[in-house]
Parts: sequence; C-alpha cells; structure tokens
Amino acid sequence: MKEENSENKLFTDRKISRRLLLGGAATAAVVLVQTSVGKMVQAAVPESVVPPLLTDSTSLTAADLIADPTRIPGRGPSVSGMPSSFENPQRIPSLTSSRTPLQDLYGTITPSALHFERHHGGIPVIDPQKYELVIHGMVDKPLVFSLADLKRFPSVTRTCFIECSGNFRSGKEEMSPQEICGLTSQSEWTGVMLSTLFREVGVREKASWFLAEGGDAAVMTRSIPVSKGWDDAMIAYAQNGEAVRPEQGYPARLLLPGWEGNTSVKWLRRIELSDQPYMTREETSKYTETVKGGKIRQFSFVMDARSIITFPSFPVQLERGYVEIRGIAWTGRGKIVKVEISVDAGRSWAPAELQGPVLDKAHTAFRYLWKWEGRETEIMSRAVDETGYVQPSYQELSAARESKGGYHFNPITKWRVERSGKVLLGA
Amino acid sequence: MNNRALINRYVITLLFFVISAVVIVVTSLKRTKASYPEKFGIGRAASAAEISALDIDVRPDGKGLPVGSGDIAAGKLIYNTKCLACHGDGKKTEVKLPGEPLFVDYAEFKNNTAGQKADQSPKTIGTYWPYATTIFDYVRRAMPYNAPGSLSNQEVYHLTAYLLYRNHIISSGTVITEKSLPKIVMPAKEKYVEDDREGGTALK
Repeated sequence: MKEENSENKLFTDRKISRRLLLGGAATAAVVLVQTSVGKMVQAAVPESVVPPLLTDSTSLTAADLIADPTRIPGRGPSVSGMPSSFENPQRIPSLTSSRTPLQDLYGTITPSALHFERHHGGIPVIDPQKYELVIHGMVDKPLVFSLADLKRFPSVTRTCFIECSGNFRSGKEEMSPQEICGLTSQSEWTGVMLSTLFREVGVREKASWFLAEGGDAAVMTRSIPVSKGWDDAMIAYAQNGEAVRPEQGYPARLLLPGWEGNTSVKWLRRIELSDQPYMTREETSKYTETVKGGKIRQFSFVMDARSIITFPSFPVQLERGYVEIRGIAWTGRGKIVKVEISVDAGRSWAPAELQGPVLDKAHTAFRYLWKWEGRETEIMSRAVDETGYVQPSYQELSAARESKGGYHFNPITKWRVERSGKVLLGA
Repeated sequence: MNNRALINRYVITLLFFVISAVVIVVTSLKRTKASYPEKFGIGRAASAAEISALDIDVRPDGKGLPVGSGDIAAGKLIYNTKCLACHGDGKKTEVKLPGEPLFVDYAEFKNNTAGQKADQSPKTIGTYWPYATTIFDYVRRAMPYNAPGSLSNQEVYHLTAYLLYRNHIISSGTVITEKSLPKIVMPAKEKYVEDDREGGTALK
C-alpha cells in the first residue's frame, strides 16, 4: 500500500505513458503491461489517470489512456465483470430511495445495480444460512422454510416491472425521466409460486387476507388479499440470473406482479393468513390517496397504464433530421396493446411500434420515427392497455381525482422541444 | 396350412404380446419424471413458541394487543425523550423535521387553484389515520427510527395514549387499555373508501 501511495504522487499532473503504467497503483481500471523481465501482468491504472467520466478530472481524456488499443494487449479474463469505465449510469439516491436512470437504459431490463430502491429502515444484512420464512395463521399446518427449502420447490421465472406507487414528480422544466418517474424498474425474477407454498401449509378456505412482513428494521408489513396469492404472487430469490440484490430483498422477497411496489415486501420473513386486513401504517397513513369528494382511497393495489418518452428527453440536445422517439410503456392490468405518439402538442396521435414479445405486466419498449425540422413543439406518448384504459393527461387525472398528485399518479409526460433543440419537461 | 404352422404362428403372436407387455412394464418403472403433488413435504413444522416470538402484529379488532394500559402523562415523558427530536412538538418549524409531525397545534391554509382556502396542514394521526391500533402496531415494530423494536409494551401503550391525546381523540386523564384501544373511532375513518378502479375507460 505504501508503494502505491508514493506511485500515485508521480502520476499527479502528468499524462499517462506506458512507463507510468508499469507501477501498480490504486485502482479503478486495469491494463496489461510488460514487466522488465518480459512477463505480461495486469496493472491497475491509478485513480488519477482514469477517464474523466469516473473522476471528473479534465486533464486527461480516454484517448490519452490508451492511444491505440491495437498496440497493447488488453486485460485478461476476470472472476466478475464490470461495466465499461466509459459508461456510468447512476441512480439518484435520497435518504429513503434511489431512482433508475431510465434515460440511460436500453430495451426493457433494468440492470440489477440500477433497480430503484425504496426502503423504510435501511437495507438489512441477512445471513442466507439463517434465513427463514414462517407461514402461519389460518392454515392447517404452520411451516418454516429455509432458503434451501424455497429453492427445492418447483421454480418459476417471469419478467415484470415493479413500480413504486409514489412515482410522480414535476415542478420544474429541467427534469429527466429518472427524476419524473425513476421509481419503476424491470427484472427477470425467479422463485417459487406463493400458491405452491399455500398448498403446502394448507391455507384454509375462510382466509381472505394475508400479512406479509419483512425482516428489515422497519419490519415492514402489508395486508394482501389471498386471491393475489393464489393468482400470480411469487417468492423471488433470484433477479436477472443472480441472487436477489440486498437492496431488492436478499435473500427472498414477495413479488406481486403489476401491484404497487410497496406490497412486494422485501426480506420476507413471515406470512400470516387472516380473515381481515391488519390496517398497517403502510396501508393507512401511507400508500393511500385523496380522491374526489375528500375521500381517501385505500388498497389501491394495481398500477394503471403509463408510458414515458425516454428519448429525446431532458437533458438531450436535439439535432435536426431523423429522430427515433423511444420509450417504455407498462400496465399492472395485463398487456400494453398500444402506445400513441403526438409530435404536435397533442393535436394528432399516431401509433408507435411496440417491441415484441409484449409481456404481461411488463415494461414494453416502443419507438416512433420522426423527422424534426427545427420547429418548436411538444412530443408525448400515451399508453393503452388490454382493458381499454388510456393513459390520461395531467389535467384529466387531476380533475378526476380533485388532486394535484400523490400516489398512483400516472399522467402523460410532455416534452417541449425548443427551436434550439433544447428538450424540457412541458406543463 | 398345417397344424404345426398354425401353432407356430400362435406362439409367435403370443410371444409378441408378452414381450410388448414386458417392455411397457419396464419403461413405466424406469420413468423418471414425477407428476406434481399437492404437497412436497418440504419445510419443517413451526412451533407455537417460534410463531409467537415473531407474531407482533395488532389488528383493528385488537387481536395481537398485549394486556396492558397506557397513561398520557407517562407517554409525554417518553415522547419528549425519544420521539420529539424527530417528530417535533406540534409547533410550526422553519426547518423540515426529520420525521413527519404526528400532531400539530396549528392549521395552515393556502389558496388552491379555484382561489379558495384549502387546508394544507400536515396529515396527522388525528386527520388521516383510520385506526388507533395502527399506532400501537407501528410504534412497537419500527420506532424509534434509530432503535427500532427497543420500546417495551408498557412504553408503547403510554406513547399511544399521549399521541391520541395530542390529536384531541382522548381527553386528559383517559387511560387506554387493550380493551378500549380497538373501540376508539378515529375521525378520518369515515373518509376511507376502497379502491374501485378497474381499468377500462372510467378514470378514477
């Protein structure tokens, strides 16, 4: 370590050369270099010379780092890969959540590292060897399942989105899709169907609700109708081919496809079958919304259809010519059947192409070819799902709810394109 | 065709059937794919003791409430020591509190879009929570934020009484118990409606 520190000083204020690379140093990138005895070794590129994308340094460019990659052998295989050091999509964290950079992603799968987070008492560290899920209450036989037990049951894999129902922000022009609605992400989840476990414990006929409880510091609880448990609820232990990430509920979480994210209780430790809901804090004082007539709507589980154009969006600087408008659409009520685009501030609408296969309760990618001639306009998308629901405008939704926002607010997002090519969030 | 040939043909046919039967039996015995059973026999029985150690939930009907009682004055002492730093004392603050206010001693009105005065006061236990049992359940499981699960049932009862008092739901001197807490009717209860959205063309 001492050597590395002294080497680091040498690199300060100097452009990188192959000779400089000979000394191993702390950290960030690794290249292959030849030692004095002619042996190829991997050497770390010190922090001070990694591309500015990672360090904010302006003194070095990527071209300085490796002028000609055909003249030096690249680094060798490793035990686990990392994204290119030239790419750096990031979540935006707050004290209690972090948001997926929708505008930086491609296709429909959210890389696990970028899946949005929302937790109520931090991320617990749970030893998978000690993990247990207890199912009790109105059952014939209360049982305890270890993680290994859960993995012995028949497994199911499905791709679906999880969206926090508090996924609407507005209020300024300079907002990216991530800031507006970055609390939605999609993964391929693997686990056991909750119905399989329900049969194993013998859920009684009179059980109509179940309580799902997390093993985090908030010991987060939600009451869920039993019908969802028999329908398509899963206990997921894997996400995008690997174990569920700690911030997503490692080692096992509840997954309720299409329902507000909070109900997919993470770090699931207990399920209790009951004949009534528990009226927990998360389904009374939170995750309820004021609606028409001063009422408070409760148990609004399903996420309504929504879409957003992720390109072009703030902070893109648009250039004249062909523009492939891209985005995602999703609904908790089945499949997206249509996404319509308006490039003339809502006067006319035309269908976008949907990227197949269109999955149930899943982010669906859409695209629409447009030729921008440099005129100021507004572009927007609206999703239609298989129930015939059409994503409303902010004004329509606001009038129907007598509300300006809150949970389950899924209005059309408008992007104002200025003559200069600047793209800003429209009103 | 002579008799011998007839017997031969008969024997060959019989042999064919016997071999077929043997093949079928052997194949079915060697079959490795099991059909899915109703139960897999995976998991171990949960003992009453381990269930009750985990089962801390409290339902609106009072199921899950421990025997006990709470006193407003004792609750105030605990609140001021363990809760006030984050949740405040009901006064309007310049800086946003780390935790949300649970009761407020002021009303805050703003003009809404129709030009009318709209109540913009924070949502509190008194104005928004539909059940009193939720206070006990939530405080016991998750509070205080920096030491969740550290309060005794007695402390939780006292705090519940104090919070109900500060929200003008019980009067001074009232003692709450596992019997009386589920019977308290919260002011916000009547505002609650079940979700009636069901997709389609109706916007709700």
